[in-house]
Amino acid sequence: MPLLREPDRGTPARPDGAPVDVVVDGLSVTVPEGTSVLRAAAEAGVEVPKLCATESLEPFGSCRMCLVEIDGRRGTPASCTTPVTDGMVVHTQTPTVERLRQGVMELYLSDHPLDCLTCSDNGDCELQDVAGAVGVRDVRYGYAGENHTAEEKDTSNPYFDYDPSKCIVCSRCVRACEEVQGTFALTITGRGFGSRVAASGGESFMDSECVSCGACVQACPTATLQERTVVELGVPKRTVLTTCAYCGVGCSFKAELRGDQVVRMVPHRDGGANEGHSCVKGRFAWGYAIHPDRVLSPMVRDTTEDDWVETSWDEAIARVVDGFARLQAEHGPGAIGGITSSRCTNEEVYAVQKLVRLGFGNNNVDTCARVCHSPTGYGLKTTFGTSAGTQDFRSVAKADVILVIGANPTAAHPVFASRMKRRLREGAELVVIDPRRIDLVRSPHVEAAHHLQLQPGTNVAVVNALAHVVVTEGLVDQGFVAERCEGFAEWAAAIAAPENSPEATEAMTGVPAAEVRAAARLYAGAANAAIYYGLGVTEHSQGSTMVMGMANLAMATGNIGREGVGVNPLRGQNNVQGSCDMGSFPHELPGYRHVGDPANREAFEALWGRPIQAEPGLRIPNMFDAALDGTFRGLFIQGEDVAQSDPNIQHVHAALAAMDLVVVQDLFLNETAEFAHVFLPGTSFLEKDGTFTNAERRINRVRPVMPPRTGKHEWEVAGEIAAGLGHAFGYPDASAIMDEIAALTPTFAGVSFALLDRLGSVQWPCNDSAPEGTPIMHAAGFVRGLGRFVPTPFVATEERTTRAYPLLLTTGRILSQYNVGAQTRRTENVRWHPEDVLDIHRADAELRGIADGDWVHLASRVGQTAMRARLSDRVPPGVVYTTFHHPESGANVVTTEHSDWATNCPEYKVTAVQVTVAEHARPEGVERSPSPPAVPV
Amino acid sequence: MSSADQVRMATDIAAQFRHLPPEDGVAAIVTHLRSFWAPSMRAQLVEVARSRPETLDPLVRAAAERLDDDGPAG
Repeated sequence: MPLLREPDRGTPARPDGAPVDVVVDGLSVTVPEGTSVLRAAAEAGVEVPKLCATESLEPFGSCRMCLVEIDGRRGTPASCTTPVTDGMVVHTQTPTVERLRQGVMELYLSDHPLDCLTCSDNGDCELQDVAGAVGVRDVRYGYAGENHTAEEKDTSNPYFDYDPSKCIVCSRCVRACEEVQGTFALTITGRGFGSRVAASGGESFMDSECVSCGACVQACPTATLQERTVVELGVPKRTVLTTCAYCGVGCSFKAELRGDQVVRMVPHRDGGANEGHSCVKGRFAWGYAIHPDRVLSPMVRDTTEDDWVETSWDEAIARVVDGFARLQAEHGPGAIGGITSSRCTNEEVYAVQKLVRLGFGNNNVDTCARVCHSPTGYGLKTTFGTSAGTQDFRSVAKADVILVIGANPTAAHPVFASRMKRRLREGAELVVIDPRRIDLVRSPHVEAAHHLQLQPGTNVAVVNALAHVVVTEGLVDQGFVAERCEGFAEWAAAIAAPENSPEATEAMTGVPAAEVRAAARLYAGAANAAIYYGLGVTEHSQGSTMVMGMANLAMATGNIGREGVGVNPLRGQNNVQGSCDMGSFPHELPGYRHVGDPANREAFEALWGRPIQAEPGLRIPNMFDAALDGTFRGLFIQGEDVAQSDPNIQHVHAALAAMDLVVVQDLFLNETAEFAHVFLPGTSFLEKDGTFTNAERRINRVRPVMPPRTGKHEWEVAGEIAAGLGHAFGYPDASAIMDEIAALTPTFAGVSFALLDRLGSVQWPCNDSAPEGTPIMHAAGFVRGLGRFVPTPFVATEERTTRAYPLLLTTGRILSQYNVGAQTRRTENVRWHPEDVLDIHRADAELRGIADGDWVHLASRVGQTAMRARLSDRVPPGVVYTTFHHPESGANVVTTEHSDWATNCPEYKVTAVQVTVAEHARPEGVERSPSPPAVPV
Repeated sequence: MSSADQVRMATDIAAQFRHLPPEDGVAAIVTHLRSFWAPSMRAQLVEVARSRPETLDPLVRAAAERLDDDGPAG
């Protein structure tokens, strides 16, 4: 489409007000009470000039361009800060206001460079537009007076420049950083003529607290804050609406192009998940899609010792087909399998699970949710009846108390975190349950009422203690429980036992009993209380138990089924929700239906023309175990870097090395490709045509900005492999795949590309009962009928500290890098995080003679690696923390085989380790060796 | 995969149901294994129950014996 410019009506909508009738320039219009005169005029089709006002920000009234005259009122009020009243008559074009606007514009232009024709914003500048609209013909002040036109640019940020010479001090950037992003990194220093935008305390943008979300750039009406790519390439000319391929927020973006060249990604204001906001990754770090490291042609080799040889698609696919067929003939139908990608589209993932079930004839298919949110699937299905979060993101705006458990949303789900921070600034209260002091505990205008800084591995003990308080102090919502749930009496009796009390668990969890009681009373006493959680819940030996524990807590307090409440998993990957929805599990078909039920298999078998195995297949860890056993010989890996991201990677490497045929489909030659025999080039999100499903079950379109640089879509590749095995798919396009998904999956029954084009996005279930989707689940009743209370006894992890390994390692993510870093390490984001470091408390560091910045060995009983230490009080004594964005640091060299009992989700968050000073800098490569005997401290 | 992996995972599962009356615990373990474990994995556990029952947690042993009663698929 041509460049999409969303209308900017100047001030936010006020949808909840009573209707008010206004006349603007003789035009009658009805708007909700609370609407500004500026917006009412826009609704009537009258454009009032403005510079400091923009629809995404609260009115400010500083630029004095939007002045109007109102019958019965003196003077010329700013229309942005003046709310409508019933019967108001407004005049926007009078000689008085026109003269005033011209005078104000003359003042602006007297202190502004006159390089419009060569300016990077030429044709896209609001100052230019407004100057034309108000009809300035002369600047009576001239240009020789004191001005700011010689001020130097700040080019420290790799993605955008700050040119103060062009700043009109409208404060949009400052307000965007406050209201939209919530970081408060910008301010206006000085007064009057001396007013200037400053980052933090007058530092460069790069050195300041700026998180490079781009909200200021988007808000800026001039070229003061401008994307580097626009400066270099020019103003874009056309738009493709698509969806970000980083995290589970699933931001909608306008890909803005000149021809086939992407100039910039701008968040789409009508995006259901993000409503016009973004983070540094989606906004700026998209260059990996056109990075020179991209592999664009298939490659094959006979052994992993050989060099790669480029080949044709026909040859590569033939080798895959022949190889898998041979392995099944020699070792049985269960000897091969596939891993789908949580970063690929629903259509691509569906195609691979269909390849496995139809082409391979088994259920050996799994996805990365195995290592992140598989406990969410188990826990929420068991308690509520469906494997997904209960709310939409907007729901947080109605929460009164927010529990954030094992999540760090400002780093891992930043756009959702901005919504949450806005609600917290409005007065909602926050409880953080995390071993680390995450940013949310205390950040600008946000402070947690309670930070339960628990010991890693004690989540279930803490949630049981919270529930104990609710039950024993009479805080249960008896009406909700009686009407909507089952199993309460048994659960309540168990949870009320003394061993679950905050006092009994304090010594083990490290959380003072008084804090637990206060947090429980706060949560249970709120009108609306919501739980948001992440991998700090799921990646534990009792991950599934903890999810059920949180569900129990929500049911017991009646916090399900309306806005502002719920149990909300913050799903990590852009399409991990979708890959689960699409049946990428060895035990479930699309729509979370067990393969063991003939009724579930029937429709698939009828359409696909082949029986589906009735028994579960192998999960990812089971595939690796079976490979070492010699019974699993071949693996198709779509977009997953298991050799870096999975735990106990020596075990993973050994398993991959043991296989006869490893096929990797990816963008780059990653760690896993080291073990591959066939490399099939994958497509980036800029080339894909399909859908992603985000953490709020929202299905968004991913539209191609360019054709596949590899020559094929990934679903076509899966189809050709299946055809080679005798089971052609026959899809003409990606839309047909979604049509098949809809035909076979009741929760997707109403979904189609046409529906998504019409609505923008839709949250499943989307079917006859909910033709435009379901933002809030379990409103009238739980999906399983009654919500089920499930007892959650605490069982300590087998991973224990010892004299040899006395510290506990937990892992997480940061804002600028994403997961294993395959994408973000190929962008300028490396400037913020060039390496993974180990956060260690000063007390632990002192005992070990470790200074800030020292190289240290990090060792567990399964392996050791080396990285730099960073002394930090964010972690308590006894706990160390690192990220896993760089393969060199090899954090998963030390993580163990322990996993969630129900789903085998790895226990990444609890590893007993020792940290010692390294005598010299990191040796080349990661030390993939068994740990040497640790020196007791 | 080695039977040690199966035994370890089955023992973890049993620990979650130890709070139940033994018969209910065994039934819960059996249901979980049938729902989520591939037949090859169940078969390995059954083999351990046959050859080295004394090495198994009592709940795991009882569950494996019940799987054995199901026949080849476990």
